[in-house]
Amino acid sequence: MLEITNISKTFNPGTVNEKVALNGVSLNLADGDFVTVIGGNGAGKSTLLNAVAGTWPVDEGTITIDGVNVTRMPEHKRAKYIGRVFQDPMLGTAATMQIEENLALAKRRGDRRTLKVGITPAERQEYKEILEELGLGLESRLTAKVGLLSGGQRQALTLLMATLKKPRLLLLDEHTAALDPKTAAKVLEATERIVQKDQLTTLMITHNMKDAIAHGNRLIMMHEGRVAVDVSGEEKKKLTVEDLLQLFEKASGQELANDRMLLA
Amino acid sequence: MTSLLNALPGSISQGLIWGIMAIGVYITYRLLDVADLTVDGSFCTGGAMCAVTLANGKDWLAAIFGAETVEAWAAAFNLNIVLLIMALLFALVAGLLAGLSTGLLHTACGIPAILAGILTQLGLWSVNLVSIMGKKATISIAVGKMDLLVAMRYITDVEKGKRWFIQHPIFVAGIITVVIIGLLYWFFGTELGSSIRATGANRAMARAQGINTNRNTVLGLMLSNGLVALSGALLAQYQGFAEINMGRGAIVIGLAAVIIGEVVFGKLFRNFGLKLLAVSIGAVIYYIVIQAVISLSGIDSNYLKLLTAIIVAIFLAVPFWKGKYFSKPVKRGGNANA
Repeated sequence: MLEITNISKTFNPGTVNEKVALNGVSLNLADGDFVTVIGGNGAGKSTLLNAVAGTWPVDEGTITIDGVNVTRMPEHKRAKYIGRVFQDPMLGTAATMQIEENLALAKRRGDRRTLKVGITPAERQEYKEILEELGLGLESRLTAKVGLLSGGQRQALTLLMATLKKPRLLLLDEHTAALDPKTAAKVLEATERIVQKDQLTTLMITHNMKDAIAHGNRLIMMHEGRVAVDVSGEEKKKLTVEDLLQLFEKASGQELANDRMLLA
Repeated sequence: MTSLLNALPGSISQGLIWGIMAIGVYITYRLLDVADLTVDGSFCTGGAMCAVTLANGKDWLAAIFGAETVEAWAAAFNLNIVLLIMALLFALVAGLLAGLSTGLLHTACGIPAILAGILTQLGLWSVNLVSIMGKKATISIAVGKMDLLVAMRYITDVEKGKRWFIQHPIFVAGIITVVIIGLLYWFFGTELGSSIRATGANRAMARAQGINTNRNTVLGLMLSNGLVALSGALLAQYQGFAEINMGRGAIVIGLAAVIIGEVVFGKLFRNFGLKLLAVSIGAVIYYIVIQAVISLSGIDSNYLKLLTAIIVAIFLAVPFWKGKYFSKPVKRGGNANA
């Protein structure tokens, strides 16, 4: 499904701020894989997702989705295959536009935008139903501006938008990190439900080890721009936080010193 | 006071014409979130294109189709109407091209939008003067001989009963404004129009939803400058001439109209079409205020630009001050005065 071969990315090359963010990462996802990604600050998790999404070109390596080489494809064209939820709840939605307008934009991801009407009445009904499923009371506020919603509501809406038109690949970049624990759990629950329902191939970054273990069929841990740990199948099901720490030490030769991950 | 009242129809007409330009400014400034300074150049481009076409259009047609053919046409139907349509069309196309230039400088060449606009505007000055106006700083329009959409003279003509009421500039400019608002309302409700609004609202989100934000930025700039040029063409007709400096400060008048419209009608008008209407009314208010200041104080009209700058600065500053110093305390408990 997704084949990442030996990609590298260095930011600000040749300056004092030079930062090797990805250092020859290779990763293959099978159809329907739900992979959780953990790692310390600056390990390259977000960079990996942005490389796949096409936020900027990679320095080396190739990325193919469904056999299509997308390495040189601009971000907006790649969006045809990819649904995304960002860490920042403000980033995934257009605040000055209505809920239904945001959904209608997402519904047409990857399609040519024509002079046909932006939202059809049939769509409105559909949006009402899926918002009802979400259980946040948004179904009665279709024409409310998204800027009026809370961070959690916006993030849940972004999740809906990312999956409204079934993506080949779903990229979740710490999408619950900015939310309060209760809302985070709710959004995560919705994520699990949607991913299961549509059998979506998913890459989910999280800083919470327990979440990383509880969700998905495969877990990777990144360190210094590489995949340091890769666990899947039965082995992942039996995984505990202690196991993970040991795996990390073995792979990286150092102790994991990241309070945020340990305390979470 | 009577001089103010006498000048009122003229002010309203001018305000409506400039209002079309202001709607163009609204598209870039508010919808696309780009400060586009091309406007000062493209407004003049539109006016110049219109005046030149009205003056020379017949010769152009003769050069293409032969003099006899054109004379035969002139005998068969009103050629002036053809020239008028040509003038408006050429002005519109010239404006679209000006927007395209700024758009490409911004997106394809990576130049910040504000600078890209300034570059196009600067270049346009030469294009306007040399390529369009043939090195003449002023091109007059034979108001008496042509059929125009709007003209200052038509105001007195209507008052004297020489023309129908529907030819009054307020009426014509009003109709044009309503038609343009209608078209824009439709367009920004389509898939393409929504994607342009999304581009302005949140570029990262737009790209993630597969929207080509660069293309949309160019499209928005073209649409905006097309409207600006059209407005310039109408003003040239209204005042009976185009001149090389007619667009100077246009962007500020456009911003003034946008902001006055928002300050006055912001709470009232929520619908997109009404918001555009508010911009147009904002331009009318602006012209009435300017006229009032001139009529009542007898101020030298050379101070007009300074006056405009001060008015716009105040209207821009007020919302900022309000938010900074006078934010309302959060009410707690029940609504005592509900």
